[in-house]
Amino acid sequence: MRAIIKSKTLAGFMLLLASALAGAADLSVPELMQMLGQKKSGTASFVEKKYIAMLKQPLESSGELAFTAPDRLEKHTLKPKPESMILQGNTLQLERSDGRKLNVTLSDRPELAAFVESIRATLSGDRSALEHFYTLALNGSADQWQMELIPSQPRMLKVISRIRIAGQRAQVRTIEFQQADGDRSEMTITPTSAK
Amino acid sequence: MKQSAHKLALAIWLALMLLAVAVIAQTRFVADLSAFMPKAPSARQQMLIDQLRDGAIARIVLLGIEGGNPEQRARLSRQLLQALQHNPRFSAVQNGDKATQERDQRYFFDNRYLLSPAVKPQRFTASGLHDAIQDTLDAMSGDAGLMIKKILPRDPTGETLQIVEQFLGESQPASRDDLWVSRDGQRALLMVQLAESGLNTDAQAVALEDIRQAFERLPGRQVENRLVMSGTSVLSVASRNIIQGEVERLATLGIVLVVCLLLLVYRSVSLLLLGLLPVVSGALVGIASVSLAFGHVHGLTLGFGTTLIGEAVDYSIYLFIQRGGGSSPQYFWRTIRLGVLTSITGFAALMCSSFPGLSQLGLYSISGLLTAVLVTRYILPGLIPARARLRDLTLAGRCLQQLLDGLTRLRWLLIAALFGAIGVLVFHQKDIWNRQLNALSPISHQQSELDGQLRADVGGNDMRYVVSFVARDQETALRMAEQTGLVLQQLQNQGVIGGYHAPSQLLPSQASQLARRAALPDAAQAAAVLQAALQGMPVDAAQLSGFLTDIEASRHRALLTRQSLQGSAASVLLDSMLVPRNGSYLVLMPLRASHQGAQGEEINLDKVRLALSAARLPQVNAIDLLEETTNIFDSYTHEALLFSSLGSLAILLLLWLCCGLTQALRVVIPLAGAVLSVVAIFDLYGIQLTILHLVGLLLVVAIGSNYALFFAGEQQLGDAEAQHKVEISLLVANLATVSSFGLLGTSSVPVLSYIGSTVAIGAFLALIYSAMMARARSHAQH
Repeated sequence: MRAIIKSKTLAGFMLLLASALAGAADLSVPELMQMLGQKKSGTASFVEKKYIAMLKQPLESSGELAFTAPDRLEKHTLKPKPESMILQGNTLQLERSDGRKLNVTLSDRPELAAFVESIRATLSGDRSALEHFYTLALNGSADQWQMELIPSQPRMLKVISRIRIAGQRAQVRTIEFQQADGDRSEMTITPTSAK
Repeated sequence: MKQSAHKLALAIWLALMLLAVAVIAQTRFVADLSAFMPKAPSARQQMLIDQLRDGAIARIVLLGIEGGNPEQRARLSRQLLQALQHNPRFSAVQNGDKATQERDQRYFFDNRYLLSPAVKPQRFTASGLHDAIQDTLDAMSGDAGLMIKKILPRDPTGETLQIVEQFLGESQPASRDDLWVSRDGQRALLMVQLAESGLNTDAQAVALEDIRQAFERLPGRQVENRLVMSGTSVLSVASRNIIQGEVERLATLGIVLVVCLLLLVYRSVSLLLLGLLPVVSGALVGIASVSLAFGHVHGLTLGFGTTLIGEAVDYSIYLFIQRGGGSSPQYFWRTIRLGVLTSITGFAALMCSSFPGLSQLGLYSISGLLTAVLVTRYILPGLIPARARLRDLTLAGRCLQQLLDGLTRLRWLLIAALFGAIGVLVFHQKDIWNRQLNALSPISHQQSELDGQLRADVGGNDMRYVVSFVARDQETALRMAEQTGLVLQQLQNQGVIGGYHAPSQLLPSQASQLARRAALPDAAQAAAVLQAALQGMPVDAAQLSGFLTDIEASRHRALLTRQSLQGSAASVLLDSMLVPRNGSYLVLMPLRASHQGAQGEEINLDKVRLALSAARLPQVNAIDLLEETTNIFDSYTHEALLFSSLGSLAILLLLWLCCGLTQALRVVIPLAGAVLSVVAIFDLYGIQLTILHLVGLLLVVAIGSNYALFFAGEQQLGDAEAQHKVEISLLVANLATVSSFGLLGTSSVPVLSYIGSTVAIGAFLALIYSAMMARARSHAQH
């Protein structure tokens, strides 16, 4: 009887240990994508810093982001100059401070598509879209993950050498673009609402 | 005496024929569609239509490479570009490749201080420079930062952005690996501009053949790789080929058909040859007179040669079968004369048309018919061999008469048909007219679909809205374009238009270039001002040494001329906007619709016109080409309606004068019945009418009046035998007409098939209706 209880306790302990280990263990890409994919919509504020070799200090811009699953992403830059970027399906609409709009069809511009997809596909947990343009490498746990995207097209690689996206569970926190010429940009995202 | 008169007639005829042949030998034949495009009512519209038809835009050929895999297509696209690039028949060949892109980028970047509208003295003061650089930094922090940062060291004031700004929102072809492809990626795209010298259709055909052959010869081309082409020149060459082929086919078939018919009736080769004499004489004189009057003869006019065969052969048929009217030649010639007069009245209406093709057709028919009837009257009778015996037609005549008697008894049917036709038309009246200009084009549905696809792929605008003016020289043209551009810029800011192009964006006037160059500070001043401007900014002057070098270089840069754009994509664009004509320059500035608002893709041109006149630019026109062409076509439909009605009225008057009202009505009612029935039949089959259908209806009246006249007059002939002959001759004549026009109706060239089908059906109905109405009740009952 005791032995049984003991063994049950042991089993329970082992189970506990196992699950604790699992929490800290490496998150797999499908798990992350599933987690990200559950989010339906959300808004966030962002601050983006561009570190450019030519300049003595980074250029900073800030504004708001809004994402609606599965494929709508809005980036409204408020400072230093208002401009908007609305990505919906295959169309990217740029609106400038003077109200002029510019529509771009993503499939006409593969490099641009790769660029915007790094963010949108991550937000929507669309693994195949990501892997279409990038080789993925994932580190960390569900609570603290970091994903590295290396462009698979040589043409894209000439511009962007690496993208690092870090987050906490379904929440993307930072996106860092490492440019081929050594400059980089870093975007910090603070959620303001989520569903 | 009579003998000598005939000899004289023969001599005159011979001389005339020789003259006609001599004229024809010198004649230039054209086969494009231009003659069947209306001449625009105003010089301004004409100029625009000419531009669309022959101008720089019309010289552009779009090529698509299909089949195989994307890599194959990309390779072929590069190879084809190389193969065509140095051919003098092409002034530009592009496929979106890096080399051309870079050439354009270099043009805009290197010449930015001459091109940018922002270059003004104020911009190169310390504060002006500070603001300009701050703007560039702000732009760098935005979404396009990646690209903008590249220009910073040499262009910190962002002049390149100012230039690019003007082209923003332009739709461009999709691109893969720096090569244009279609939206679906299934086609590699190229654009070729035919060289200026090659404007005529023959030269265009040669150039297009060059492209085809170059493609065939490309190494490593697989069977599955195909070349498709479109563009105005491709379409006009295609339609020319179709027209040429059709004209030859129709002429041959038409002759064969009529010859067979005549042989069947005459059973005599000599009579047949004699019967063709008026036709051939008429055709020769017709072509010669068109050539003399117009300077050239259109292929389609020749195509109508078959119709002339149909009508001119009638006269000899009447003559041979009725044997000069037998006992009453006066009656015979009187009827023929009246018939010819009605036909000529009808064709005379055509001559007044603003369609050069139709007026050619009118002249051709009138001179041809006159000749044919004169030859029948004065040459043939003397040549008919005395012993030539016609087939005995007595039996056939008797059968025919019974048939006709049957028809005459069915007179009520004509009334029923008349009311039926009117009923159909009353209920369907709305969309009886086809208003589309291309309704007359012989281009196949597939070809025009391909044209639409390729245009959409390239993403060029369709040139619907244009602002246009004429200036006496290039400099004036560019200065005016700059002034107009200021107005359009405001309209764009207000959202009235989505954008515009101006030739001055690519090549500013010398005056503007000089002013911009003068605004640039000298080396010492520039360095000092820059130092001051950079106070408190995150950039060091040391980073911007390229800027100072470029400013200094630009101060000594030669002004841009048209040649400076050589080999760039921008030069093709400039060619389409700044068009040298003899003694003046035509400027066409295309407008883009703004996407906002309920109007969608439309522009409120009244606002544009108002703004232009407020800016004291009254000589600048804002034009909606779609509306203009529709208007032109509408006005020609009205014109055609008018001249057809006048022609018909004239025929009625003529008949009234010659035979009195009752007789005239007996002739006119069947004709009206035939016309209405044809229109009703087309309407029932959903065929919309064009100007050419109207022309066909006019011909129905002209030709049908002959039948009605003979029927109406035949009771004056006492003897039944003579009447039988009249009836037989009418039937044979009708068969000749119906078959030759019916043949025309099978043509794939709409211009020919519309007239052909209208006349074939109409002439047949005219015969039947005339038999019912114009013909007196059966003589057999006497």
